[in-house]
Amino acid sequence: MQTDLDHIVLEAQRAITESVELAALEKLRVHYLGKKGVLTEYLKSLGALAPEQRPQAGQAVNQAKQTVQAALESQRAVLETAALDARLAGAALDVTLPGRGQTSGGLHPVTRTLERINTLFTRLGFEIVEGPEIEDDYHNFEALNIPAQHPARDMHDTFYFDAHTLLRTHTSPVQVHVMERRPPPLRIIAPGRVYRCDSDLTHTPMFHQVEGLMVDENVSFADLKGLLHDFLHHFFERDDLQVRFRPSYFPFTEPSAEVDIQCVMCGGAGCRVCGHSGWLEVMGCGMVHPNVFTHVSIDNERYTGFAFGMGVERLAMLRYGVNDLRLFFENDLRFLQQFR
Amino acid sequence: MKFSEHWLREWVNPPLSTAELAGQLTLAGLEVESVTPAAPVSAGVVVGEVLSVVPHPQADKLHVCEVDIGTGTPLSIVCGAANVRAGMRVPAAMVGAELPGGKTIRQAQLRGVDSHGMLCSAAELGLAEASEGLLELPQDTRVGEDVYLYLRLDDTSIDVSVTPNRGDCLSVAGIAREVAALNQLSLHAPSIHEIKATVPDHLEVVIEAPADCPRYAGRVLRGINRAARTPLWLQERLRRSGMRSISAVVDVTNYVMLELGQPMHAFDLARLRGNIHVRRAVAGEAITLLDGQRITLNADTLVIADDVQPQAIAGIMGGIDAAISATSDSLFLESAYFAPQAIAGRARAYGLRTESSHRFERGVAPTLQRLAMERATALLLEIVGGEAGPVVDVSAAAHLPQRPPITLRAQRLQRVLGLSLPAQEVTGLLTRLGMQVTEESKEQSAGWQVTPPPHRFDVAIEADLIEEVARLHGYQRLPAHAPRVGLTMTPEPETRVSLARLRELLVDRGYQEVITYSFVEPGLQQLLDPATTSIALANPISAEMSVMRTTLWCGLLATLRYNQNRQQTRQRLFESGLKFTRQDDEIKQKRSIAGIITGSPCPEQWGLPQQGVDFYDIKGDVEALLGLGGLGDCHFEAAPHPALHPGQSARILRQGEVLGWVGALHPALSRTLGLDQAAYVFELSLDLLEQARVPAFREVSKFPAIRRDIAIVVEEGVPAAQVLACVTQAAEEFLRDLQLFDVYRGKGVDSGRKSIALGLTLQAPSRTLTDEDVAGIINRVVSTLKQQLGATLRD
Repeated sequence: MQTDLDHIVLEAQRAITESVELAALEKLRVHYLGKKGVLTEYLKSLGALAPEQRPQAGQAVNQAKQTVQAALESQRAVLETAALDARLAGAALDVTLPGRGQTSGGLHPVTRTLERINTLFTRLGFEIVEGPEIEDDYHNFEALNIPAQHPARDMHDTFYFDAHTLLRTHTSPVQVHVMERRPPPLRIIAPGRVYRCDSDLTHTPMFHQVEGLMVDENVSFADLKGLLHDFLHHFFERDDLQVRFRPSYFPFTEPSAEVDIQCVMCGGAGCRVCGHSGWLEVMGCGMVHPNVFTHVSIDNERYTGFAFGMGVERLAMLRYGVNDLRLFFENDLRFLQQFR
Repeated sequence: MKFSEHWLREWVNPPLSTAELAGQLTLAGLEVESVTPAAPVSAGVVVGEVLSVVPHPQADKLHVCEVDIGTGTPLSIVCGAANVRAGMRVPAAMVGAELPGGKTIRQAQLRGVDSHGMLCSAAELGLAEASEGLLELPQDTRVGEDVYLYLRLDDTSIDVSVTPNRGDCLSVAGIAREVAALNQLSLHAPSIHEIKATVPDHLEVVIEAPADCPRYAGRVLRGINRAARTPLWLQERLRRSGMRSISAVVDVTNYVMLELGQPMHAFDLARLRGNIHVRRAVAGEAITLLDGQRITLNADTLVIADDVQPQAIAGIMGGIDAAISATSDSLFLESAYFAPQAIAGRARAYGLRTESSHRFERGVAPTLQRLAMERATALLLEIVGGEAGPVVDVSAAAHLPQRPPITLRAQRLQRVLGLSLPAQEVTGLLTRLGMQVTEESKEQSAGWQVTPPPHRFDVAIEADLIEEVARLHGYQRLPAHAPRVGLTMTPEPETRVSLARLRELLVDRGYQEVITYSFVEPGLQQLLDPATTSIALANPISAEMSVMRTTLWCGLLATLRYNQNRQQTRQRLFESGLKFTRQDDEIKQKRSIAGIITGSPCPEQWGLPQQGVDFYDIKGDVEALLGLGGLGDCHFEAAPHPALHPGQSARILRQGEVLGWVGALHPALSRTLGLDQAAYVFELSLDLLEQARVPAFREVSKFPAIRRDIAIVVEEGVPAAQVLACVTQAAEEFLRDLQLFDVYRGKGVDSGRKSIALGLTLQAPSRTLTDEDVAGIINRVVSTLKQQLGATLRD
């Protein structure tokens, strides 16, 4: 009997491994394990055996059924995997074909630069403030210690609407608006468009500035130097960037300074961009002039402050190596898309 | 301010190279803009004396000259200059000489005559752009001397950008004072002596406006040599300082101005009638200026008049009537102090800008007039001769600038600069600048009493002194450290969407940001926004940039067209910024964001059909922007806009306020602008768009949701928004979601009507909806649609 069983199991195993279709496999299952299957019948036939033989014989038959069942399952897995593989093979794509959908656009390089400046300062607790672009003479000039006949007005080629209304020539009037509205301590930056009646190779009638202002009880020129040093190093991501402060003149600050950086194009050796001086003028700054505080009723004895201003296009040109200012406002997509 | 380095070094000669000197000036606030050689290098050019001149046998315009160059053997040189004559001394380039521009002199035959060199003009030596004839050297020049060395052409011209506060540096003397202070050297000023009058002639000076002109010195010079020419050395100094030589008298006044900083004026004495009056102009009075312009004077303008008429605009420009000419043989010399506020702005008001006005409006020392007068007299007597009259020096002491001492507090100095300097160092720095300094060392109020010198108009308050201390100490040596302040937070309102976020969304949806000018072409704006009056600039750069934009579409359309002409067929552009309108005489500056799209909705792709964008593409972008604030209460309504397609134009409203517009650009406009594809635009108010809601939690129902789809048929003219509103209202609180998933016209639907398919997701907060509940809601929805919109259910 055991020989019979072994024979059946061997035959079944061979048939199962040879089957190549799931349907054939199912037929084999029915043939061996179905209600009328070979092994089922065999089990039924055990009733004819002596009672003491039955347990052992039963165990042998069950063993045989399990072996066949295992063979069936194993072969089913093989066939299913093969079927899946075959199906998937038919669904292969050319993964190198281009994808579908929207590609992202980009910010204008000036905005990109402005946001970079904004981020560096807002992380230090500076607040971004905006102001009007059509200004009155008072905020653009008078309150900044530039009275009507002041020679410094020659430095500004102003667009006028009428005798008192003009396009702001710098972002400095935002300082005045803020100081008129809020008491110190103040820590603000004011980015925005400014306008000068000037248009040539190196001037556009509109450009962007960022103005900064800090007013507190003990703000010094040393703080200003430290802050701008830090800013320029982070903006250009160069720890070894040389920065120098040299005396200059702005009516609304005193002492006033221009801030130069070592030329980022030639490393200070002298080139066309820096006019062979090795230095690039990038910012103006200074301690808030007492007359400005007086105009906005801030106590000169209690508070000191500093202000600084920078030209955004200039910084963008230096950062990205743009060689022509006018490109920023031509808005040629082939130019703009380089800043994605 | 441009000046000759040699000239400066006569005053003060620090042990610095030219480059070091320039660097030092720049770091002291006198930014050196350029350093240029006085002349290009030349070699082998010597002083030659023309011994004889004979006509060239073969050429009419050439001469053959015998020239002594000090070697004992005269050279035979062929020369074409018209002014060549025997006895004159001229630059002679020997064979082998190198002239500017790389020209080397060789022995040559000119029409058959040997020439052993070349006689030179000023231009050939690089001393002038162009010149006529040979450069005539003074008779006392030593024959054979190297001309480059004789003319000291190893000099440089240094051009310093002088800031408006430093009028005191608009002279060699002023720059020299700075250099002396920086290097702790003393000044060597030229010696200037009082010139005694040799004739009694003078004009009376009547100062009728003493506040405008607190001091006026005048002097008559009689019998000058009309033919006198400016000596070469003086011409060269002027040239190296950027001024042209005009005539001997004018050159001398310019020279004194460059040297000392005192602008002077010389009148032709014969043309003056009566005395000198310094007065304000009578409105309407006119004068013809030296440059030939006739100007009608304003009453705020100070003039120098004789008994009859104005002869000069004080401190700005002289009149042509009494100008020095080739026939003048006597002159009246003016050296005055005009108050800066009497001159400032006046030149600009007449469209003038002169060396004189530039200096007076910044401040000329009120102590300089007599000195300059004596200096000019001495030079004139030397150059043009004549006899000097007495100096008439009139001043109104009450109006001369007073220099009260300024208090500088040690504690303030330290607070502003973040630096503590020893008292004697501060005293030393300020003293070097010509200030009178007294130290005050009382415990509580240590400091200084400082009286600035008369030429420092910019030093009036404590802050000015602090700047001077910092400047002379050196900005580079001042300390620097990170600012130390209390940490305070800045507001972060959650009820606002930042502009940065809005921009980012558009960029992610394929838009490219552009930045266009805020002033635009009025014609284009008129087409886009005819109803709004734009604000015009009084002094635009050009007609194309003459009015302020009332809509950002102007710049976007111009940019679209620009790039279309550069083969960009698919464009998605946006810009944010202010737009400007005038309402009831008040200027409104509204923050705005706008976009324009054209071409295909997505970049060309192998698996996507090629089609152009339509209204719903741009509406989707607008809805995404509106969605950022989470406010969901906007609606779109069909409304006409002059720039938009009449059937594809929507006004966007939020709580009754117009938030913006979206639509197709009007095809007629598109044609006018030469656009070759349909373009769609939006413009939204940033102030409204930035409003956002702080999220508020709502319980999520745990009970199942049921979706029911219905299709209804309505009249074509019924807007979808009304259908959705009607459903929302009828389904009450059970409606969790509502989708409009199909719009159908055609077979099975009567013409003039459309079918709209809706998917309603229904859910109750606290129980499972029964079939009867759902049927009841759907019935209510259908009957409300029928009642309000005449809708029928489509089978």
